[in-house]
Amino acid sequence: MSTTVITPVPFGRRIKRFMADRPLIPLIILLVILVVILQVLRPGIVNERWIANTIKFAIPLAILAGCQTMTMLTGGIDLSVGTVATMSAFIMATQVVNQDPAMAFLLAMMPAVLIGLVNGIGVGVFRVHPLIMTLGTSLIGTGCLQVYQRTVIASGAKIPDFLAWLGTGLTWGIPNALLLFVPLAALIVFTLARTGFGRLLYAVGDNERATRLSGVQYWQVITALYIISSMLAGITGLLYIGLIKAPSLSLAEPLVLPSVAAAVIGGTSIFGGRGGYTGTIIGALILTVLTTLLTILQMPEGARRILFGLIVLFVTAAYLRIVEER
Amino acid sequence: MTTTPLLDATGVAKNYGAVAALRNASLSVLPGEVHALMGANGAGKSTLVKILTGAISANAGRILIRGEARDIRSPAAARRAGLLPVYQEPSLIPDLDVLSNLRLTGTPVEPFRAWVRELGIPDLDIRDTARDIPLAVLRVLDLARALAVEPDVLLLDEMTAALPANLAEKVLEVVRRQGDSGRAVIFISHRFVEISALCDRATVLRDGETVGVVDIVPGVEEKIVELMLGTRIVKTHVAARSAAQKASPAPARLSVRNLRVGTKLNDVSFDLRDGEVAGVVALEGQGQDELFSALAGSIRPSGGAIEVDGQPAKFSHPIDAIRAGIAYVPGDRAEALAMQRSVRENIALPFSAALRNWGPINMRRERAKVVSAIERLQIDTRAQGEVQRLSGGNQQKVTIARWIAADARTILCFDPTRGIDVGTKQEIYKLVRELAGNGKSVLFYTSELEEVQRVCDRVIVIFGGRVVDIFPVEEADEPALMRAAYGLPRGAKADVGILADPHSSPETAHASEPGATP
Repeated sequence: MSTTVITPVPFGRRIKRFMADRPLIPLIILLVILVVILQVLRPGIVNERWIANTIKFAIPLAILAGCQTMTMLTGGIDLSVGTVATMSAFIMATQVVNQDPAMAFLLAMMPAVLIGLVNGIGVGVFRVHPLIMTLGTSLIGTGCLQVYQRTVIASGAKIPDFLAWLGTGLTWGIPNALLLFVPLAALIVFTLARTGFGRLLYAVGDNERATRLSGVQYWQVITALYIISSMLAGITGLLYIGLIKAPSLSLAEPLVLPSVAAAVIGGTSIFGGRGGYTGTIIGALILTVLTTLLTILQMPEGARRILFGLIVLFVTAAYLRIVEER
Repeated sequence: MTTTPLLDATGVAKNYGAVAALRNASLSVLPGEVHALMGANGAGKSTLVKILTGAISANAGRILIRGEARDIRSPAAARRAGLLPVYQEPSLIPDLDVLSNLRLTGTPVEPFRAWVRELGIPDLDIRDTARDIPLAVLRVLDLARALAVEPDVLLLDEMTAALPANLAEKVLEVVRRQGDSGRAVIFISHRFVEISALCDRATVLRDGETVGVVDIVPGVEEKIVELMLGTRIVKTHVAARSAAQKASPAPARLSVRNLRVGTKLNDVSFDLRDGEVAGVVALEGQGQDELFSALAGSIRPSGGAIEVDGQPAKFSHPIDAIRAGIAYVPGDRAEALAMQRSVRENIALPFSAALRNWGPINMRRERAKVVSAIERLQIDTRAQGEVQRLSGGNQQKVTIARWIAADARTILCFDPTRGIDVGTKQEIYKLVRELAGNGKSVLFYTSELEEVQRVCDRVIVIFGGRVVDIFPVEEADEPALMRAAYGLPRGAKADVGILADPHSSPETAHASEPGATP
């Protein structure tokens, strides 16, 4: 037969359409599969304590991934979140020794706002590519932190009790960090879906020219966005120092690329205009569980990283195939 | 006739999610034929063309080329099979020069040049960067590029839309000759004049199905329109102006005085009043783009003044124009819409623009405004989740609905009916007249002269960056407009080749059919 017949596959296509309409479902399925694999490999590991621990470690990643989600919606990215988080954590830990905690908090958030402002003006007004802009401010920030470290070397550092309570504490088995995260996540989801600012993030990322013709001033949106992103990163730093309890100059740096990965796995398009925060949260959980899984496999560090990278690539590609319609 | 068709597609279907873009389309094209593909907005023409050229793959159907099944699941494969499209949007890469663009697709340069000359552009420098070439010329280059590789079946999607009359004429001539040489052309157009001048047969689509194949003979237009719309459509002369309004003109809403923009717009002055539709008529590239951009606040004029309600206005960003109640509907829909977002978000976009509106959205109030705009324009919202799934006509309606919802007092429409179907065109004419009836003012540029009489109260003719004439619509028949657009004084009876009465062209075409020509 010399014909080009494309036979319909009703069942497969129906599943595909179902998934495409509800992009969260495949992500949740993947998360459950990972947890099941973990339980099979190490029976009994999945208990209340493990869950609390996973959530504790996923939260800082999820907040930073929120920064990436919002910037990626406009077609940007924020690589300075690691440095900003580290700076605020380090400044908090050193300033709280001699200062009032509230004052230390303000000092800790200052570099965050400043870096966000510089990022926003660079990207929004001078049209520097966000990748370069945020990488640049990130390097500058790290340098400043090194200088700062020398000036305060004598004073020592301490972790404020409140941050330790928030970062590691449990109340009736539930991590205290959720007290911060749940309202924050709700706020981000609400902002993206139901506020003018959220609408503009999507629209700017989809078609900047169209938003301009509708009267949107790009620089305002972008500047506000990068300041918000930086402030979220600063807050993450404070939470993270309470979790890790060891201030260093590269505290949150290892979270930067996973935060991008979490947003991408969660279905946010790096080209802008598509995505959302709920997917990102599940993406952060998936990455955290995956890390645990690879740790208990007792592989050499190198092999573990290779496997991590491969799985992230595979998951992202598979997810996009399921969700995107061709 | 037992000739094997060059292209024979049957039972082609394509679904986007729950929306069926094509249900059961068929198309059979014989060698030596210029075949029209017609249908209202959303009938599935674009989808069918994309399937035939490998841009997307069908869910079902059978496609034979010269009687054999060929794999056309990618544009490259379609090309090898001899199917080549020229789409509505220019396809040259803007940052490369023309020569590099040719190399990219492996197009032979000399034939390309020959075709470019043939198509009426004698002075093209193929080292020019595509970005710097005007849209109309780019479209002709696309055609020349396709012709240069001698495809068996050439698909032209609204080829003459946005082309000035002199270029369109050449293009049509070349297309007709393709048919004579044993190749075939699939020709998509909304202009009956062209179809009857050019095509041998027409396949008509409606709602994703082929509803008829007709021979093009004089008088077949009515039948095609019937097939396309499923019902008879009455061409109404929408222009309905009250005598009272004429007697006492309202004060000028927008005054333009000696406006200059770079070298493109030299000296433009006119007034636009409330309750008036002023038509702008100009050949391609006479400065009309710059005029609209300057009035919309997109670019800054280099001289002259704009007054709004008698107050001098300086626009440095579109927001300034919007605050003054002036909204711009660009000709290119892709410029105005966030394609991945919903109809609702696109219509509501201006609401969130100002800093003070960045907070929580009053969903109920927004919904009410959006729904009333959608109803007023009768937008088909079956695929409202993403604007890119709407048909071209519905997309265009969304760009206008946005400013109706925002209640703009003055709307600048730049060729709003480009490439959309007859029915939607009528709706847009009616809407524009209604707006004027409600005291709004509209500046209306169109590349289709017949629209002027349907819509406008007054005509402003621009030539070479200057206003060369302003006259009431009563005097604006097509020959008069065409003369004025070429910068000729009114009343002069000079013969300008292309002024030939368009209604006589069917007969001309009839005479020049293969059998009749030597």
